[in-house]
Amino acid sequence: MVSDYRISKVQELIYEIGVGEIMQTDLVTVDPRTPMSQLRAILREKRISGTPVVDGDKLVGIISIEDFIRWLADREEDCQIAEKMSKNVCTIYADEPLTQAVNIFQRFGYGRLAVVNREDKKLLGIITKGDIVRGLLKKLEIDHVAEEEVYRHRVKHFFDDILADKVVLLFQYDVVGHDFARAGEGASRLKATLRRLGLAPQIVRRVAIATYEAEMNVVIYTDGGKMRVRVEPHEIFLVVKDSGPGIPDIEKAMQPGYSTAPEWVRELGFGAGMGLCNISRCATKMDLKSTVGKGTQLNIRISIDNEAKSENS
Amino acid sequence: MKIAELVQELNLAVRAAKGNLERVVTGGYASDLLSDVLAHSKEGNLWITLQIHQNIVGVASMKDLAGIILVNGREPEPETLEKAETENIPLMVTEMPAFELVGRLYNLGVGGTEE
Repeated sequence: MVSDYRISKVQELIYEIGVGEIMQTDLVTVDPRTPMSQLRAILREKRISGTPVVDGDKLVGIISIEDFIRWLADREEDCQIAEKMSKNVCTIYADEPLTQAVNIFQRFGYGRLAVVNREDKKLLGIITKGDIVRGLLKKLEIDHVAEEEVYRHRVKHFFDDILADKVVLLFQYDVVGHDFARAGEGASRLKATLRRLGLAPQIVRRVAIATYEAEMNVVIYTDGGKMRVRVEPHEIFLVVKDSGPGIPDIEKAMQPGYSTAPEWVRELGFGAGMGLCNISRCATKMDLKSTVGKGTQLNIRISIDNEAKSENS
Repeated sequence: MKIAELVQELNLAVRAAKGNLERVVTGGYASDLLSDVLAHSKEGNLWITLQIHQNIVGVASMKDLAGIILVNGREPEPETLEKAETENIPLMVTEMPAFELVGRLYNLGVGGTEE
């Protein structure tokens, strides 16, 4: 699913991005009259495997490490680079899409292409396969960040349009019991939502930990339940309710390390008897009610104003 | 230190989120109890564990961890890999046991959560 998205996104991008956007512009060039014997030092010092040959500001060829090796292997005498360079240089215009560069690389197997200006044919830079990969990765990352920005922007303006003395938001997440594959999904969706609402990161984190632990308890011990989240301007109220077996001794359940989780659950790293303690540390106020055979209800209040209370205090 | 540098230095095999290795690691936390990690790990930490099921990705994502290293040559379950790609959480594996790995990480300048 995700990889499909990535692939189609990359396909889109190679048509969208221009060669000029990702080429290397801090160019190393050599003069055609430079002796071959000096080429090795230049390539090694600049850590490149080839470079455009420029006479004045005119591109006259490209010389690469392969040309150098061929010259070495032939044991010829020293000569000017002009004699050994590839003269019919394959160039590409800076305003062409990446896909054009990819096609040329594929067809001719070049290591690099000289990028020139369409109007005056002046050398602007060079592009390698590595540049294309780097350029795409960067663009994908930027797109990902930009998407999240758009969401935030949208949510913020949504609130600007609401005319009321007080706005209260209510979210509900259904928790399926014993389904470890989906466990934590509600908490994770809630976290993304609160972020988009622009809540402070430390508040989001506290809500995330509290709901994750509460959701895990519902998954491990019950047949399912619901999490309701009410977001008010100064406070967040969480209600996690299940119709599970209930807790016989709440005081004991609150003790760190006390757990009734079955062995296989513990092997997964859950049920260590720390969930409720974690929740209470994140909450400004916490209230747990339970009736054996009926179910459990957990009420948590997290104050948005009191940001100073860290999750570790 | 960046994850990519640690991958190179410690010869870790990256199993998921290969494109997200540029993040700078703020420290490390080693534990196999998920609640413990939720309570004590810090944002940007590297998590060392032998748990391989998909909930580790959920925990890492909840706490905004930089990545997870699985020790003792344990391989992530297919669902774990898929989820790590979706959440863009780097998942690495090593043959080293936890103790050796933590020692090597300290030598490279990656400390714990104590400031």
